[in-house]
Amino acid sequence: MSETASLNMQDIPQGQLPEHIELQRARVFCKADAPVHTEDVEYSGAYAAVGFDNSLQVDDFRRDFRVEIKNLSMDDIEFDMIGIDASLANAFRRILIAEVPTMAIEKVLIVNNTSVMADEILSHRLGLLPIEADPRLFDFLSENDTPNERNTIVFKMEVHCKKRGPRLTVKSDQLKWLPNGSELLMESPNPSTKPRSFTSFSCSQASLPQISGRPIGMKHLDIIITQLGPGQSIELEAHAVKGTGKVHAKWSPVGTTWYRMLPEVKLLKEVRGNDAEKLVKKCPRKVFDVEDVGHAMKKAVVSRPRDCTLCRECISGAGEENIALRRVRDHFIFTVESTGALPAEVLFTEAVKILEEKCERVISELS
Amino acid sequence: MGYREKDSVETHNNHAKPIKSAVDKFALLPEFLKVRGLVKQHIDSFNYFINNEIKKIMKTNDRIECPQDPSLYLRYTKISIGKPVEYMEHHAEKLTPNICRLSDRTYASPIEVDIEYTVPNQTNKEYKKGLVIGRIPIMLRSSCCVLSGKDEAELAKLGECPLDPGGYFIIKGNEKVILIQEQLSKNRIIIDTDSKGRVNASVTSSTHETKTKTVFFIDKDKIYLQLNQFSKPISIMIIMKAMGMENDQEVMQMLGRDPKYGFLLFPSMQECRSEKIITQKQALEYLQGKLANLSSLRFEINKDDRVKKILINVFLAHVPVKDGNFRPKCIYTAVMLKRMMDAVLNVETFDDKDYVGNKRLELSGQLVALLFEDLFKTMNSQVASRMSKAYDKASRSTPLYFIHYMMSDTITNGLERAISTGNWDLKRFKMNRKGVSQVLSRLAFIATLGYMTRVSPQFEKTRKVSGPRALQPSQWGMLCPCDTPEGEGCGLTKNLALMTHVTTDEEEGPLIKWCRKLGVVDVEDLSGEELHAPDSFLVMLNGLILGKHTKPQKFANAMRKLRRKSVIGEFVSIFVHERQRCVYVASDGGRVCRPLVIADKGVSRIKEYHMKELRDGVRSFYDFVREGLIEYLDVNEENNALIALYEHEIPKDGHGEDNADVQKSSITHIEIEPFTILGVVAGLIPYPHHNQSPRNTYQCAMGKQAMGNIAYNQLSRADTLLYLLVYPQRPLLTTKTIELVGYDKLGAGQNATVAVMSYSGYDIEDAIVMNKSSLDRGFGRCIALKKQIVVKEIYSNETSDRIVRPQNEPRKQALDADGIAAPGQIVRRHDILVNKQSPRNKKDRITNPMALKDCDYAPSNVSYKGPEGETTVVDRVMLYSDKDNKMCVKFIIRHVRRPEIGDKFSSRHGQKGVIGTIVQQEDFPFSEEGICPDLIMNPHGFPSRMTIGKMIELLGSKAAVSSGRFHYGSAFGEPSGHADKVEDISRTLVKHGFNYSGKDLLYSGISGKPLQAYIFMGPIYYQKLKHMVLDKMHARSFGPRVTLTRQPTEGRARDGGLRLGEMERDCLIAYGASMLIYERLMLSSDPYQVQVCRQCGLLGYYNHKLKTSWCSMCKTGDSMSSLKLPYACKLLFQELQSMNVVPRLKLTEY
Ligand code: SF4
Repeated sequence: MSETASLNMQDIPQGQLPEHIELQRARVFCKADAPVHTEDVEYSGAYAAVGFDNSLQVDDFRRDFRVEIKNLSMDDIEFDMIGIDASLANAFRRILIAEVPTMAIEKVLIVNNTSVMADEILSHRLGLLPIEADPRLFDFLSENDTPNERNTIVFKMEVHCKKRGPRLTVKSDQLKWLPNGSELLMESPNPSTKPRSFTSFSCSQASLPQISGRPIGMKHLDIIITQLGPGQSIELEAHAVKGTGKVHAKWSPVGTTWYRMLPEVKLLKEVRGNDAEKLVKKCPRKVFDVEDVGHAMKKAVVSRPRDCTLCRECISGAGEENIALRRVRDHFIFTVESTGALPAEVLFTEAVKILEEKCERVISELS
Repeated sequence: MGYREKDSVETHNNHAKPIKSAVDKFALLPEFLKVRGLVKQHIDSFNYFINNEIKKIMKTNDRIECPQDPSLYLRYTKISIGKPVEYMEHHAEKLTPNICRLSDRTYASPIEVDIEYTVPNQTNKEYKKGLVIGRIPIMLRSSCCVLSGKDEAELAKLGECPLDPGGYFIIKGNEKVILIQEQLSKNRIIIDTDSKGRVNASVTSSTHETKTKTVFFIDKDKIYLQLNQFSKPISIMIIMKAMGMENDQEVMQMLGRDPKYGFLLFPSMQECRSEKIITQKQALEYLQGKLANLSSLRFEINKDDRVKKILINVFLAHVPVKDGNFRPKCIYTAVMLKRMMDAVLNVETFDDKDYVGNKRLELSGQLVALLFEDLFKTMNSQVASRMSKAYDKASRSTPLYFIHYMMSDTITNGLERAISTGNWDLKRFKMNRKGVSQVLSRLAFIATLGYMTRVSPQFEKTRKVSGPRALQPSQWGMLCPCDTPEGEGCGLTKNLALMTHVTTDEEEGPLIKWCRKLGVVDVEDLSGEELHAPDSFLVMLNGLILGKHTKPQKFANAMRKLRRKSVIGEFVSIFVHERQRCVYVASDGGRVCRPLVIADKGVSRIKEYHMKELRDGVRSFYDFVREGLIEYLDVNEENNALIALYEHEIPKDGHGEDNADVQKSSITHIEIEPFTILGVVAGLIPYPHHNQSPRNTYQCAMGKQAMGNIAYNQLSRADTLLYLLVYPQRPLLTTKTIELVGYDKLGAGQNATVAVMSYSGYDIEDAIVMNKSSLDRGFGRCIALKKQIVVKEIYSNETSDRIVRPQNEPRKQALDADGIAAPGQIVRRHDILVNKQSPRNKKDRITNPMALKDCDYAPSNVSYKGPEGETTVVDRVMLYSDKDNKMCVKFIIRHVRRPEIGDKFSSRHGQKGVIGTIVQQEDFPFSEEGICPDLIMNPHGFPSRMTIGKMIELLGSKAAVSSGRFHYGSAFGEPSGHADKVEDISRTLVKHGFNYSGKDLLYSGISGKPLQAYIFMGPIYYQKLKHMVLDKMHARSFGPRVTLTRQPTEGRARDGGLRLGEMERDCLIAYGASMLIYERLMLSSDPYQVQVCRQCGLLGYYNHKLKTSWCSMCKTGDSMSSLKLPYACKLLFQELQSMNVVPRLKLTEY
């Protein structure tokens, strides 16, 4: 960062920050020993002395905010969110992890389990399996509710390993969806009444219009649940309900989601010749390239700053004089890795909706 | 093995760069452990007992005679031990260890003997083969055990874990280890100073017949002998005279020519002279007068003989006296005197009691042998006494058969009792030791291994001496420098190192023959003068003077050559002691030794082709020993060796580095691997050589408390308490030891991603912050299995308990139709496990015990005693009958626990901490790769602990996950490639886009902004320790009280109160909080209303019927006052009264 002696400072143009302050405002400096200027200045009047308005205006935000999708696959999305504050980006991240609901197995009714795996652990493993069911079609099951077709998905698993056979690996494809609800009957104290099952479905879930097109099942069919030795068997019913990641990680719709600020790699001085070659070699992520500048001279250029992982190899030793590693404070490279219930992009819009809802709640509470 | 990244090699400077000729000898280690095993010392020793020792014991005690008629006798001709069986009624059931463990039986084999005996009035001897005289507990994996020589599949069939080391016993279902006992070596001269500062020389003689201790000491310049049999110390010259050395000059000559010795002996001679003792006869008469009374009972022969007997059998008992020839004993005495005088003249020649070479380790085989010998003798004398009784009563018509008086209980019960209680109380051998055997800890796999290598100390632990606790240089390679407990046992309780072997006894006969052949001159043939001829060395074999040799070095070399050629045993040690001018040849048992590579002038005998043959499987470890490439050295012989750590460390002779303090040509041996100086438990620590040493010691203690997998058969075992980790992992940063002992297969921890930063303030004092999502996903989840046994009792009147079908009652929902809780049922505290009923009448005789009516039974249900408010599950139910044929039900109750605040975790570097808080994942920081740590550790844990190893572990593990290769951190492993160098690790990290020093940019999960520092983050192997809040938390308001004092009970198990102790009370007094003291110490504890008589000051009572108080002393109720005081106080008064002390209360108006 260039510093100017106080005597020969230029006049400060009003309404505009001096270059180094502007840099501090908009960038995080990743020095070799520690990052500096990690906190942004939030106070709207912080730069009032130079006539710079630091407040956030909705119109400005509308104008400047951009989303660029860089990469989109079935379950993953990587996109850039530009022109937004860290607190907002973080809010989306937090909501995605903890508050976007999904379906997950919550109750396991074990009829028989002669495997080596204890019931509790088997249940725990079942709970963590991602289920391919749109959680938006279901209601939360609250304490007094009876499980019905609108809040519960029932799966059944019946595996048996043959005696005198090889061991059997039980995978998640063994869980079969029961659209008509539980098949197990509750023990009733009164034998005369007709025994009831553990759920009270009024109709088959498969007949519900929202679901009929897309049968419910496991997202991945090859997740190993347990292994059975010869003669062992498992018979159980698993009830999945809607929940959020706040309560248990199994309801988290994302494997993980995170963002990073856009790396900015700046050459402060021109790096030429051998040094340039060295620099290119140094960087494990190939951020730099050499460019011919004629006269058989070579010069290093920053060609892929986005790939920088901040390993700080390039600024180790004396490198810090030549290169500045920075992060753009309002540019977030956001990654969502969905577990599969909903596509990653849908998850994000869900998160936005939840945030919106929250805001509305605040507004209505306040007014 | 050390795969090294290509690009890193160039940068090594030439110092560290291994010379190409260095042979990687690591492959020898697994091979060594295959032959010797981790607990081979135990098994070897037990095998030796079973195969050799027991026969010797039988031979020395093979004849029982009827006291009245010596022609009536029984003789043992053969003894053998079979395979473990149990005799049920009329049939033998083969036992396997797991059957014994599950049904609380003893894993024991019958001892079978062949006997011949005479019968009165019958000329022919009777013979009997295979008579069982008792059952002996069998050590697992010993040659008698069904498991010996079984491969993995066969072991699995027997329900046994292949990684289980064996070496322990199973007594009534409990696994018992006989700990290795450390002892001062027997039959060796030890020069020391006693508590009064006097120079003393002592020998503990131990032969098959007796055990005695002989002590010489110098008091006021005179040398005395102290022996139990004499009431007073005896001047040494008198003893010499009593042994026939009447000539003072001869004694002098035996000590050597130097007048210095003469001066030292002169006062003793003078004293002897002043007692007017000149001849042997006078000396013996003098000694008679000094006999201690206690021995008078033992020898009922004439007095003169008694002194001689003592001199033969007690004084230096291990030196044999053949045909009354005392000369060897005289020479031995002279040698002892000379050593003592040397010590007076030159302080350096004192022996060090803590020196490992002066110690012997007593192993289970020897201990069981002692026990067996004692019991065998007891049984024989019992047989004899029974026979003699029968002889007196016998009528002529019934012939007396010896065999009728042989009983098998003595040995069976004696062995079983001793091993299960650990009390070795053998009057015959004056032995009374407690805690010899201990229950094998099955808390963790590593704890089990640790138990098998433990060496229990010779002293009591309370002694506040530092000498024996200090780390002895001679421990190097034999005893682990890290693995010792903290506190009272610190430094006393030790553990064997990885390659240590403990010897067993070896025949002396061939050794003596070889020594003679190699020119050892018998001392008997020499005059006293020649004994100490300047150019000759004494040759000692197992503490006995064998003779003299003029070329000691040559003799030693020849003997060693014989050993390397396997002519004499591989564990024989030859040690030339220059200062004592002695060559010690040792073949006795209990010496610690270890294998080393032999080097000729610094060049290893093991060449690359040897190793290749080993890898190809055409060469075994034994071949290396047999061909003289490797030999075992004991601690003493190590003093004659110069051992290099690595071959490439040896500088080239002449043109090597000048500053080398060692000439290459003088190097005799090379270590196989330096990390073998550590034991099994310390071997788990990655980079221990980078840690502050106490940290390694702490980890050694904690590694034994870590949960994980116990054994492959862990789910079919029935331990009282078993903690298992649900998802144990193999450490990303392993060591070679880990792989050798199988810790990678039975791990006890998980690789947690750790961020070293402060977070939330709930991480002070080593607390850690946990990620809730990690816990949700199974991190640190554990299973606690607890055992509960219900016995269906049979009573004296032949009635018995019964288990009945439950009615639909509360708390009985877990029961099956058979009245016993079913596996898989959820049980809570107080739920009933067995619907049991007991007969109301258990004592009186009942005509038909089977036909009791329902009303004759009262319910005696057994309920589950578990933690309040937790749901647990019946894991297994086992039915079996115990040794009294009562039906037993064993319940294994399972509780799956997820970590909670206060649970204890630790890394492998002695850094323990509890969970301080559990934080949602979204609040946790995350890195640019999206990695979110599992736990956060406070950086303040580092500066004072200096556990650099932990930091390297973090780096190494991080490199391991990113490169997909397990990294190594074996102790001292960098030069040999068994530990990755930090430089290489860092390079790997950079290659994968991480920072060189492992520090990443993290974003705060709360604010979303980058943290102001780069955070050191990566995986560290974390162990969950057995201390969990659930087992410890405790509070009480009201609760049970002790009947005697009426004060609240003590301890969590009894729902006790929390004591406000003396120091707390002092605080309150100082503060002046009198009412608080009153409340805590009386109102909340044991308030009691008493009636006090103001006249006599004694306690009266209150008559509730008449509503008056009454003093039974004054016989009046006139002057009674009521008073509140602690019940304990009232109790004290009454107890004092019962002792005729009358406390009187004086009351005044207040
Ligand atoms: S920090 Fe590392 S990845 Fe980024 S530009 Fe420098 S060398 Fe390349």
